[in-house]
Amino acid sequence: MQHSVSIKDLSLNFGHVKVLESLNLEVAQGEFIVLLGPSGCGKSTLLNCIAGLLDVSDGQIFIGGRNVTWEEPKDRGIGMVFQSYALYPQMTVERNLSFGLRVARMKKDEIDRRVTRAAEILQIGPLLGRKPVELSGGQRQRVAIGRALVRDVDVFLFDEPLSNLDAKLRSDLRVEIKRLHQRLKNTMIYVTHDQIEAMTLADRIAIMKNGVIQQLDDPHTIYNRPVNLFVAGFIGSPSMNFLRGQVSGANFAVDGASIPLNGYKFDNEPNSTIEGVLGVRPEHIAVGEDAKKMPFSIESEIEIVEPMGADTIAWTKIGGQSLTFRAASEVHLVPGQKITIGFDPARGSVFNADSGERV
Amino acid sequence: MAQIAPVGDDVDTRTVAVARAQSQPRRSKKFNYQSVIGTMPMIVAAVGVFVICIIFSIIWSFTNSKLFPNFNFIGWAQYQRLWSTDRWIISVNNIWFFGLLSIVFNMVFGYLLAVFMDQRIKQEDLFRSIFLYPFAMSLVVTGLVWQWMMDPNLGIQSAVRQWGWTNFEFAPLIKNETAIYGLVLGGIWNGVGVTMAILLAGLRGVDAEIWKAAKVDGIPAWRTYLFIVLPMMRGAIITAFILQCTGVVRVFDLVIAMTQGGPGVSTQMPAVYVIQHITDRVNVGQGMAAATMMLLPVMVLIGLQHVLQWRANKARSKAA
Amino acid sequence: MSTQAMATGGPAGALDLSGPRGAKPRRLTIGRIGVYAFLVVAAIFFVLPLWVMIVTSLKTLPEIRQGFLFNWPAELTFDAWLKAWDTACTGRDCNGLKPGFWNSVKITALSVPVSILIAMINGYALSFWKYKGSELLFGVLVFGAFVPYQVVIYPLIIGLRELHLFATLPGIVIVHTIFGMPILTLLFRNFFASLPVELFKAARVDGAGFWGIFFRIMLPMSVPIAIVAVILQVTGIWNDFLFGTVFAGRENMPMTVQLNNIVTTTTGVREYNVNMAATILTAAVPLVVYFISGKWFVRGIAAGAVKG
Repeated sequence: MQHSVSIKDLSLNFGHVKVLESLNLEVAQGEFIVLLGPSGCGKSTLLNCIAGLLDVSDGQIFIGGRNVTWEEPKDRGIGMVFQSYALYPQMTVERNLSFGLRVARMKKDEIDRRVTRAAEILQIGPLLGRKPVELSGGQRQRVAIGRALVRDVDVFLFDEPLSNLDAKLRSDLRVEIKRLHQRLKNTMIYVTHDQIEAMTLADRIAIMKNGVIQQLDDPHTIYNRPVNLFVAGFIGSPSMNFLRGQVSGANFAVDGASIPLNGYKFDNEPNSTIEGVLGVRPEHIAVGEDAKKMPFSIESEIEIVEPMGADTIAWTKIGGQSLTFRAASEVHLVPGQKITIGFDPARGSVFNADSGERV
Repeated sequence: MAQIAPVGDDVDTRTVAVARAQSQPRRSKKFNYQSVIGTMPMIVAAVGVFVICIIFSIIWSFTNSKLFPNFNFIGWAQYQRLWSTDRWIISVNNIWFFGLLSIVFNMVFGYLLAVFMDQRIKQEDLFRSIFLYPFAMSLVVTGLVWQWMMDPNLGIQSAVRQWGWTNFEFAPLIKNETAIYGLVLGGIWNGVGVTMAILLAGLRGVDAEIWKAAKVDGIPAWRTYLFIVLPMMRGAIITAFILQCTGVVRVFDLVIAMTQGGPGVSTQMPAVYVIQHITDRVNVGQGMAAATMMLLPVMVLIGLQHVLQWRANKARSKAA
Repeated sequence: MSTQAMATGGPAGALDLSGPRGAKPRRLTIGRIGVYAFLVVAAIFFVLPLWVMIVTSLKTLPEIRQGFLFNWPAELTFDAWLKAWDTACTGRDCNGLKPGFWNSVKITALSVPVSILIAMINGYALSFWKYKGSELLFGVLVFGAFVPYQVVIYPLIIGLRELHLFATLPGIVIVHTIFGMPILTLLFRNFFASLPVELFKAARVDGAGFWGIFFRIMLPMSVPIAIVAVILQVTGIWNDFLFGTVFAGRENMPMTVQLNNIVTTTTGVREYNVNMAATILTAAVPLVVYFISGKWFVRGIAAGAVKG
């Protein structure tokens, strides 16, 4: 089966700055891929290269099996949705949707058919006669998506489309985009810095840092088996706990405790003792009676309690290193309280402290 | 800034605090005073010049003042005389014609220049310096140079003919029908750089993502410039337009230097008419009548702008 | 260090890797050539008069009479320049442009600081020390910016005559201040309005008053905008003709008025080279200001043109 989008050895330099370095990415037909990462990691740049809005320094881009590296954006078979919607302010919604088609000299009935179809899918029919200034943020974004829809293309590109919306609107539109993908089954490449959007929408997530893809996997794998320290720390809120210590054989030694690693699946078991980092997610740490049932448990003292409403985050220390864990809000926790905490190291992640790679 | 006096046994502290609190209102009146004094020049200018002088101009237009102003009111006589004078009527026609041509060419040429300058060209700064430097030249200098260049015997016409095109004609200033075009050309040379600078700034203020969206939609660059970006530049366009309108009405310097109103009266302008009548032609009453006529379009435009503003505010409060 | 995608089924349907790769070759398209051609032609249009000015002023009169307007002088001479500066005749006086130059210098040197200082105080007062009617007065001032000078010029003449300021140096300085006020006040008002008001409040709390805050805080802060204002005013006042003709009087006749007199006196032989030399000399000062100030000039136009 041919890939929908293939990127081969893509490099982009701005002067001496290497923004993207020999990047490779294969997107399957109908897949929803999210490019996730902090500001400046190159995700928007990569998207703009795929769209043809930026010239690459080296490498090739294939869309639908066709080499589009030198093609104009309009000839690549893509539609794009922008962060600021970029709707043509002087035109009505209907004209915004149809302008590109009219410039391409499409027949009127074909234009009408496409516009009607897009309006129906996105439920913007009653808005067709209005101008963008008369629309709400959510409506504008739907029109922006509609503009991509009428192009009848295979690949949709989204450049942080929800970043300009408030939190409530963001979650509403997020669901709509997911519904859209389920209905249309188009390939979608989506850029965001919001991990929640990434986790909920993606078939696969490409986490990027400094122009390089750190990990390309489905959300579940990224969450549970992050491939390096950066990915581990980026995904998950509150973020993963990191304990520094020594990895030797089936043991992780920290100050004052020895954590057994029997059930842990090593990717790259070290043959000698190395400096390592053990990552454990706050929600995987149990308190009290449940803790004692865990393969590893230890006594500790609570330092800070943060009641979040739905649950409570508490801070404590193991071997002098900070640790947070989640507890149900009914559990009574106060600073200074002595408690037992425990976790199953098999569910955690062990990293090489120097390289940051997973072992 | 009210100070809460510490509940102290020190009577002096409390008295001071009370006094400070009481001195606040006195201080506010004091600052109004200072501000009024500081802006006295503005008050004098605004009231003294822009109100009182205008009123006097209008008043004297109803008199038969010749060399010195008097208050012998003669009703509408000056205006009747004005509108039956060829010289004046030609002036009015000229200013509308000149204004229309200047503004249209300025805006079109200015936008074209702005669009071309927007194409990420090398030496953009060099080009901009070249396009803008004429604005640093006085209109007198502009008029004199172009008058020289349009000289029929020794100017551009003769130079091009000497290169071989023996039928080349370029001496607009010697013929009544074409002199005004020469004026327009000089004015454009002087002012289009500014128009370009304003429109270019407006162009660059347009959201970059609009450009991206147009590219993805497959809209060619020229259509984007004309149908998408231009309508979005309303602020810059209005600014450029207003700047030009004020310039056109003041076209005095250029006319004096370039054509002196001639040949004949073919490039007479209202501004020149007024000055001539209060100086050489010694007819203050006529001059003031002409000056008052010059004021009329300005008042109409300002009135129009206020009406539009009022209606826009009404619509906005209705929508809210 | 890139991660390869998880293998999805069979080999990616044979992608032809031999095709285009890397940066799109930038061919010099017709479009690009057209852009440069247009700009170059436009540049020629703008530079031409300056070229003609220079070239004509360096030629001898006989050579000018042969035509060939655009040619570089066969015999280069600065005589015309000297004559224009020293001995050209305006009416009965034959002292060249010298007196006009110094008059313009005097007028500009006085008018620029006065008009700018007053407008700065206006803008400052309108931003921070509003009083009843201040906005209305400002509105009248802005209205004044659109009023053609001819509408107010005669009463102004009469007024200045009564004050014995007509045809004097102070008189013309006052005139330039008055007519420069609207745009400059607008410029400064917009500038001060863009400053954080906390700055002003903090100074008030510290106990400073109207003049104290102005001289110690606002004035030093407004150097960038003041530079723009200086450029605008120097250019505008030096290049002024109308007010110079009417209000300066014979002793203070500015260079532009002298220039016009020299060129348009039709008595005897028209000395084109002297005329052009005189034109260059008159244009020299603002031109130098323009080329030195560069980007500030553009900023000035943009700032001055922005209507509040």
